[in-house]
Amino acid sequence: MSTSAVISGARKRLVWLSVLAGIFAALIGLGSTLGWGATLAPQLALDLQGGTEIILSPLVADGKEISQPQLEQAVAIIRQRVNSTGVSEAQVNTNNTNIVVSIPGTPSEDTLKLIKNSAKLEFRPVLYALQSQPVASVKNSSGKIVSGGIDSTDPAVRASASAVAAATNAGGPVVPSKPVAPTDSSDVNYITKELRAKFNGTDCADQFRKAGQIDDPTKPIVTCSQDLGSKYLLGPVEFKQADGKTLALTGEQISNADYGNNQLSNGSTGTDWVVNLTFSGDTSNGGKTLSGKEAFGVITKRLYAIGQTSSSDPRAQFAITLDGYVLSAPVAQAVITNGSAQISGNFTRESAKSLADSLKYGSLPIAFEVKSQNNISATLGASQLWAGLIAGGIGLLLVIIYSFIQYRGLASITIGSLVVAAIITYLLITLLSWRQGYRLSLAGVAGLIVSIGITADSFIVYFERVKDELRDGRSLGTAVESGWKRAIRTILVSDGISLLAAIVLYTLTVGSVRGFAFTLGLTTLVDVAVVTLFTHPMLQLFSRISFFSSGHKWSGFNVNEMKSASYAGRGEFRIAQNQKAGKVAKASGEAVRRQTIAERKAAEALANVKNPNSNSEKDA
Amino acid sequence: MSKYVDFGNALYSGERSIDFVGRRKLWYTIAAVMVALAVLLPIARGGFNFGIEFKGGSEYRISGVANKADSLASDAVSSVLPTDRALVTHVGTDAVRIQISNNDPIVSESVRVALAKAYGVASSDVASSSIGADWGSDVTGKALNGLIVFVVLAAILMALYFRTLKMSLAAVISLLHDLVLTAGVYGALGFEVTPAAVIGFLTILGYSLYDTVVVFDKIRENTFEVEHSQTSTFAERVNLAINQTLVRSINTSVVAVLPVATILFIGTTILGAGTLRDIALSLFVGIIVGTYSTLFIAAPVYSHLREGESKFKAAAARVVAARA
Repeated sequence: MSTSAVISGARKRLVWLSVLAGIFAALIGLGSTLGWGATLAPQLALDLQGGTEIILSPLVADGKEISQPQLEQAVAIIRQRVNSTGVSEAQVNTNNTNIVVSIPGTPSEDTLKLIKNSAKLEFRPVLYALQSQPVASVKNSSGKIVSGGIDSTDPAVRASASAVAAATNAGGPVVPSKPVAPTDSSDVNYITKELRAKFNGTDCADQFRKAGQIDDPTKPIVTCSQDLGSKYLLGPVEFKQADGKTLALTGEQISNADYGNNQLSNGSTGTDWVVNLTFSGDTSNGGKTLSGKEAFGVITKRLYAIGQTSSSDPRAQFAITLDGYVLSAPVAQAVITNGSAQISGNFTRESAKSLADSLKYGSLPIAFEVKSQNNISATLGASQLWAGLIAGGIGLLLVIIYSFIQYRGLASITIGSLVVAAIITYLLITLLSWRQGYRLSLAGVAGLIVSIGITADSFIVYFERVKDELRDGRSLGTAVESGWKRAIRTILVSDGISLLAAIVLYTLTVGSVRGFAFTLGLTTLVDVAVVTLFTHPMLQLFSRISFFSSGHKWSGFNVNEMKSASYAGRGEFRIAQNQKAGKVAKASGEAVRRQTIAERKAAEALANVKNPNSNSEKDA
Repeated sequence: MSKYVDFGNALYSGERSIDFVGRRKLWYTIAAVMVALAVLLPIARGGFNFGIEFKGGSEYRISGVANKADSLASDAVSSVLPTDRALVTHVGTDAVRIQISNNDPIVSESVRVALAKAYGVASSDVASSSIGADWGSDVTGKALNGLIVFVVLAAILMALYFRTLKMSLAAVISLLHDLVLTAGVYGALGFEVTPAAVIGFLTILGYSLYDTVVVFDKIRENTFEVEHSQTSTFAERVNLAINQTLVRSINTSVVAVLPVATILFIGTTILGAGTLRDIALSLFVGIIVGTYSTLFIAAPVYSHLREGESKFKAAAARVVAARA
């Protein structure tokens, strides 16, 4: 490689680095000025900004391992619960199989209780409804529609056409004038004056349910749909039948649920999305409670009959509730006694999947155990951040001082490299905190501080290799090239080990270990980028400056001090095989023999180019 | 300074040389004694001092406290939990740390309010954490899994790169030595074992192998085709490699230890016990032990494992005969 080729190659690499850093900075700048949510500083985790972090471990009944879809369900449930408390800026994430809830400030006792509760999926018949959504329908999974049911009724029509409500629609649910004991869970005799008042007084947009509210399964409730668009008066979950058996339908009685496209009557697959649902045939409570299959048969028989009498009566619907919120309220369009039902309506693929997941999860209720709850006051968070920054600053300063003592003029490259590495790391973390929601934690800061040492080691390995080459009698230009070839191998394999450690720790561990592993891995990658795109090209350029190539006392390549190596004079290249002095020849002779023919030729060519008298003056 | 450069030059040329490989019996003996101490001392002390993450409980930290009397805390705690005993430690100049064994998050809230009242601070100024008894062991269990997977993968990576299983074996032996010794320091001095200390512990294995790989890469270079050498034996080449990288080893460990020492100092004096101090402490010990073991254990063990191979043995015999 000729001198000019080396220089232009070095410049090219420096330009690449600047372009890379420029793109990161521009992305962040654009993201923040255009209001895309980017911030100029990384987002901080709770241990640095104050707040509460609760780590929950989902517990599945029967001691089974929690599956990924169940975990996603669990996160969705927790998110719904946390949001229902009106806490803003709460975050719910997963960390391995744990769920991490981060709440700014200190949560109330109610919030804590709420988060810990296990979720409940229930089925309740609709007594009265004001719906804004098209109504889904439920029929036999065979797809046979028994009656001309209404798949997407105009909600206003449906509510107003209700047989019971017709008379006094404006007044909401009608209270029977001569109430008697209800004979089934769809009985309008459940509607009392209080319930009517409650229904009329409920505004779904307001916080209408207490967070963590547990409803009595034997009593009717007033609630809203999950999207808060529809309002319902629902009958009880449990009903004691005349034969003494208990009719109750909850998520635990579902044996399976999935989603897919509907089957057309000619046997081909349609384009509508449907949710398939199977109830188990197992009875509980010594046969005193009906099985899911039986219960669903009894309920659909009743609702179907209501729908036959008045096709627009909301009492032909049953509501599927999760934590008291209505997920879906389909109309029964058939009597389903085989336990297999199909819910259809205006589903998209996503909404069908979401409902199927909720139903499936309902068959395995998830409870939550608080593993750790950590509250950091804002002042403590700020002081931890400051202490971390100060520690990092002092650490960096000590490294700089040490490298000045060790490497003198070369220390300017070390410091430059550390600064460049710091800038790129900062940009990357800011970018990740914007795009990926990464939060810098105290353990992450520790990882950053530790990485100062590991990053600096790459330069040390490199410089020491270059010094070794100088000791073998090479000129600085040659020494930089051949030293680099050896050093980069070492740097890559040792950084590979470091990266491997970071990846393994990140994927296999929990809690703050991950924050640490993340910054460690990130800085290892930055280290490789900086050493190739900054340190090496800078050293290539520096080696053309006479201050360094002449081996000035303060250059850090003070070859005169390296007297034991047979260095003969400025810029002179002497092939080590010619050396006579005992042990030196032994060591460096091996080094030459190790070279491939190509390497040797390259070294000789380089030595010729670097003819001391004509060349170094020009470069200097 | 020029003396340090001279030292580096002399080490490189082999003019000066520390016999890392030849005196391995001495290093092995020292290592055996240290490992024995690392196992026996913690046992003598009654085992490790586990943090509340392993026992379960709640911890409160109140800063900006004027009156630091322990009775304030004990009274406040017993007003909520009559049977629980408060363990009070003073942290830094104006902060106290209170640990109790209760870990119910809801009861923990009441204790927090009571403590805030007792110390006359706003309840939002009381930092609290309640931890289930198995959180610490959860973290540690996962960490141990991670450790095993990492060591296996790293050993495979090294075997592929260096083209010999014996380097992996030597590196893993010295890694185990580092872990036992660092754990031993924790046990012997009674430092609290927390999940943060476990993080530090895990980093040590990364650092220890990293350091070993740098030195091994030089050994790989120096011992390339050594079986055809007329002038030096395998063991001599290994020893030369360690000496040639000695300056690097010293510089690197100093540079790595400096920031860690700063965190340790700041963590202990300003913040008191906490994540930063715990990570820094295990790293501080680990980096020193890791650098030491690369020089005195990994490299000599590697030489020990390979110099008996027939091709190296024959070559060494030729070299010795030529010298005589």
